[in-house]
Amino acid sequence: MKSYKLKFRAFGNSAILIEWPQRIVKEILEDIRIFSDKIEGKNIKEIQELNFVYASLLIIYNSDLISFSELKQKLQLLYDEDNSALQRHHALWEIPVCYDKEFGIDLDFLSEEKKLSIDEIISLHSGNIYTVYGIGFLPGFLYLGGLKKALHIPRRSTPRLEVPRGAIAIGGDQTGIYPQHTPGGWHILGKTPVSLFNPRSEKPCFATPGDKIKFRPVSRAEFELIQIAENTEVYELKKELYD
Amino acid sequence: MIKVLKAGIYTTIQDLGRFGYRNQGVPVSGSMDSISASFANALLNNNANDALIEITLSGPKLLFTNATNIVLTGAEMSPQLNEVPIQNYRVYKVVDGDVLSFGELKKGLRSYLAVHGGLDSETVLNSKSFYEDITSQWCLKKNDVLSFKSGIHEIENHESSIKHSHQFYDTEILEVFKGPDLELFSSVEQEKIVSGSYTVSKDNNRMGYQLEEISVVHSKSIITSPVLPGTIQLTPAGKLIILLKDAQTTGGYPRVLQLTEKSISILAQKNVGDKLYFDLVPTRY
Repeated sequence: MKSYKLKFRAFGNSAILIEWPQRIVKEILEDIRIFSDKIEGKNIKEIQELNFVYASLLIIYNSDLISFSELKQKLQLLYDEDNSALQRHHALWEIPVCYDKEFGIDLDFLSEEKKLSIDEIISLHSGNIYTVYGIGFLPGFLYLGGLKKALHIPRRSTPRLEVPRGAIAIGGDQTGIYPQHTPGGWHILGKTPVSLFNPRSEKPCFATPGDKIKFRPVSRAEFELIQIAENTEVYELKKELYD
Repeated sequence: MIKVLKAGIYTTIQDLGRFGYRNQGVPVSGSMDSISASFANALLNNNANDALIEITLSGPKLLFTNATNIVLTGAEMSPQLNEVPIQNYRVYKVVDGDVLSFGELKKGLRSYLAVHGGLDSETVLNSKSFYEDITSQWCLKKNDVLSFKSGIHEIENHESSIKHSHQFYDTEILEVFKGPDLELFSSVEQEKIVSGSYTVSKDNNRMGYQLEEISVVHSKSIITSPVLPGTIQLTPAGKLIILLKDAQTTGGYPRVLQLTEKSISILAQKNVGDKLYFDLVPTRY
């Protein structure tokens, strides 16, 4: 696998920001994911937390134990080590979505704006596999890349004050799922009955950056069934392996 | 236990914060002024991570139903125990029926109330710090009941040794490191950002403080990347936003400066209209 020229930057006095070439591409994300796995596998005692999104990896460390330069050197050596044993499959998560107009409150607007039928919008949105480029903005909010060009659309000029939890939306060249009630400026296509973030679980968000997501259209009746299963904690998200 | 008779404007429970979940998009949270919070716990011989009450702008009214020791640090809010004025940075014994109340805000913005042994409240993802949608509550409300391990302990007051250190926030100067994106700007622009004089706007809360002045208007964008508490972002409209403890974990505006830990605590005591200046300190490599 290709290796990249990394930029190590001091971010305050107890964090290192490592930057890959600043591009949104799967190869870079995968390289960061492998490097992050490698660091975690080493259990480096000076390192407290890792967080990566798109083309950057943040490393928070204990500056009483190690200096920026020492840690940088250690990390560069680790990056240069052979990766071939570390390639692995990705999880592909299937998120059920009800695209009924009751939830997809912007479907009519989008249909008019994009000159597409509502069925075409649904099949463009659900017929694609998305990459999780990171988690941020809100607890459990996934930055998803891969929205089809035909669905790119500027954000609303005024954000809605209340977007319901579970809303599936598009804005710019991105799509996303709102994990909580929140203000938001994207256009809403539907709603998922599953919860994206569970603070009672040790891993509150099911996904890891680098994973894949697909949306499966479900009827209103199935939406209700999944919601009941979800509320009684018996619903399990469908996951497959994906190369 | 403590019964909340009046909640105050924005009263929360905080510890040092929620670490290890940034990669799930979970903010760090924790006491905004971690220096004053640490003083409060240290004065009671508590652990540094023990949960205490963060009081913002105007104080609550609290009824104690068990005996314990308490201490207040941080902002000066004219505290009273059974309507008798008490002092910050001094340990008091309280007994069943005692009422703690607050009056005029005299200095600072956030006050910390610690009880012996820390509050025994809900822990979510290894922290007791309140955060909406993570803990079941995001601020205290009237009639809430908070528990703690009761018992009075003989504690000497060490106020003489910390007499001056609690004035650490009597300054308008915030120490900053260069942020990762400062170099996107010309040296003239960098100078303008760093040497400007700024004012805290009304948009200030636990997520962040927006500053009033227009610094450098620009059209530089970055790909969404991690941010930290204390990160200073520069919006295209030229406004500086200083991210704080409840801020999101990623951001898309250039990160021009980064506050030191101490400066985060100083800023946490600043209110709308307060003046601020930056002092660039060298990054340690």
